Amino acid sequence: MARTGRREMAELLSAKEMIVVCGSGGTGKTTIAAALGAQAAAVVGGRVLVLTVDPARRLATALGIGSFGNTAVRVPPQAFVEAGLECRGELWVAMLDTKAGWDELIRRHAPDAQLRDTVLANPLYRNITGRFVNSHDYLAMEQLYDLHASGQYDLVVIDTPPSRNALDLLDAPGRMREFFGSRLLKWLTVPYRSRLFTMASKPFYQVADRILGSRFLHDIAEFFVLFQTMEAGFVARAKEVERLLTDDGTSFIVVSTLEAAPAREARYLAEELQRRRMPLGALVLNRTLPAAVRQPAVAKAAGTLAAATGDPQLLAELGAATGCDVASVQHVLAEVAARFRDVTVVAGREAERRRELEAVVQLTVVVPTMAGDVHDLPGLLAIGEHLLGSGKASSPLPAWHTS
Amino acid sequence: MTGLLDRQLLFVSGKGGTGKTSVAAALAELAVRQGLRTLVCEMDAKGALAATFEVRELSFQPTEVQPGLFGMVMNTEDSLKEYLRLFIRIPLVGRIGPLARTFDFVADAAPGVKEILAIGKLCHEVRERHYDLVIVDAEASGHIVAQIDAPRAIRELVQVGMVRDQTDWMLDILGDHTRTGLVVVTTPEEMPVIETIELVDKVQATTDVDVAAVIANRVLPQWFSAQDREVFQALLAPVPQATLAGVAGPKVATVFQAASLAQARRDVAVDYLQRLRDGVDPAVPMVLLPELFARAGGRRVVSLVADALPGLEG
Repeated sequence: MARTGRREMAELLSAKEMIVVCGSGGTGKTTIAAALGAQAAAVVGGRVLVLTVDPARRLATALGIGSFGNTAVRVPPQAFVEAGLECRGELWVAMLDTKAGWDELIRRHAPDAQLRDTVLANPLYRNITGRFVNSHDYLAMEQLYDLHASGQYDLVVIDTPPSRNALDLLDAPGRMREFFGSRLLKWLTVPYRSRLFTMASKPFYQVADRILGSRFLHDIAEFFVLFQTMEAGFVARAKEVERLLTDDGTSFIVVSTLEAAPAREARYLAEELQRRRMPLGALVLNRTLPAAVRQPAVAKAAGTLAAATGDPQLLAELGAATGCDVASVQHVLAEVAARFRDVTVVAGREAERRRELEAVVQLTVVVPTMAGDVHDLPGLLAIGEHLLGSGKASSPLPAWHTS
Repeated sequence: MTGLLDRQLLFVSGKGGTGKTSVAAALAELAVRQGLRTLVCEMDAKGALAATFEVRELSFQPTEVQPGLFGMVMNTEDSLKEYLRLFIRIPLVGRIGPLARTFDFVADAAPGVKEILAIGKLCHEVRERHYDLVIVDAEASGHIVAQIDAPRAIRELVQVGMVRDQTDWMLDILGDHTRTGLVVVTTPEEMPVIETIELVDKVQATTDVDVAAVIANRVLPQWFSAQDREVFQALLAPVPQATLAGVAGPKVATVFQAASLAQARRDVAVDYLQRLRDGVDPAVPMVLLPELFARAGGRRVVSLVADALPGLEG
């Protein structure tokens, strides 16, 4: 039997303090992050926090908490009991709030109250902070650091924001640090510090003036002069956050489906993590077709079924057993057999991509495709079962999923 | 309303992972089949478009990947250089030195600069009529509004200067429903449907850009009619299953389980399609694309998707 990696996954969740769940959009990152958190709380124990970006509202409702906010909310233990599982630890959930996160950063790093209020009131502040240096990514890492440092949780699982590029997440703290240290920021704020244009910055200003208009440049520069007073705090903090990415207590879990584009991106991300010596914990292959459909015996059964649809005796027997007319039975049987081929084609392709990914990542765990979307605690625990395999949750999946 | 391919500028957006790039490439293929000189531009430089066209790489300079079909990748720094060369005509450009770093700074610091340079380049191609149709494999739903609304944002922020002067004609092109349209690609799943409904609302409420179509991708086929379903359900009972196992072996149960799974997923998809139709302005046409059980990616899929895109000729 193929290695399932579930035990290793359970060990990972027991040993690590911060789990960063990443991967391309649409692969089920949020669900996997929530499932990991729920399973860790239930089986491993301790205080577990899942920090998520934009959860489906139904997920929040299903966890019994109405809505997520900036502050963590505990999932009621009763919800676990109702899902048929005693929760050993505590499961908390919170949502990443970029706007509040930025305000918090300004409050922390502003040297005095007046400057803090000036920045917060600046009309450009919202616009700029929302856009520059991939602030979503930075804030996700920043909040992870903060929550970890607070000492309130044994494990923090963070679901990362959808990025244009998965690497943005890894680069975010470094870029934040570089931004404040950049000569360009100094150039731009020169007129406000000395009123003297250096020879080096002059051509830049001539072009920038003509393109953007000097008034706009003035507004921007004024804002960044304020911002620069917070340089030391921001840079020190970004360094800490950057260090977190290579910390022993941190582990990255890459989520992917076995479709072409996500699999390509997952492979790239896994290789890049390894190259940067960032701790890649596991690869979760989500929504895969069950391995059973690729068994030669099953394909043979489908073939026999296709051939048997012309057997009048069989059709008559089935007609009698079901009370349906023979022509309909024949049509349905033919359809089931014919469409099964579509399924095996996809399953075969998935198996090949899986082999390619397994060559890059040591620990891979497979989560089968579910009949419907997962949006309740039993569903999350069922996924968690595939991830960790405690053997305790009552799985709502058909038995063949786990074969 | 104007047919999709009768326009000159089409933005294709949607939640990540819904198949934006394939749909953009397929629309381009349809346009080329109609004899239109077509440019496809990838905005996020992930290389997905090159992979889809099966070429090694694409750059800012358009490459003709087949007769009449051109591909390019947006690069705002190149766009700035071209802009400076075309509009400012100053030999200064060479003397700026590390233009890349200077540029990074300005772009990061000044909201909308990257977006305006990208949009400016696209609108420029439309205005100069270098192509009959420009199709943009655009930013994902989270970023697209900032992208298409950049000229207006810049107009509000920048009081004077060349950039402001340039925004007027861009706004004319973007706001003209006969020329420009936004196509939102989605899949019949919870989050993509929610994001699509929110995106269409936001675009209609805050911009002048026309939402030209919503394309629901990867819609699983319906295996059975309502009547067939009853037959299928009846066949799942122990007695007929035992009969079938007697003929085709015990593994026939797995074949039926696979069919059940596919059927269940189809039912979920139908619910989400209904939610999508109910949530999106009824004036926006909706197109369904079937799940393709073909090899994913590449020219073959582009042509299959193009074949499956019904009635877009206008």
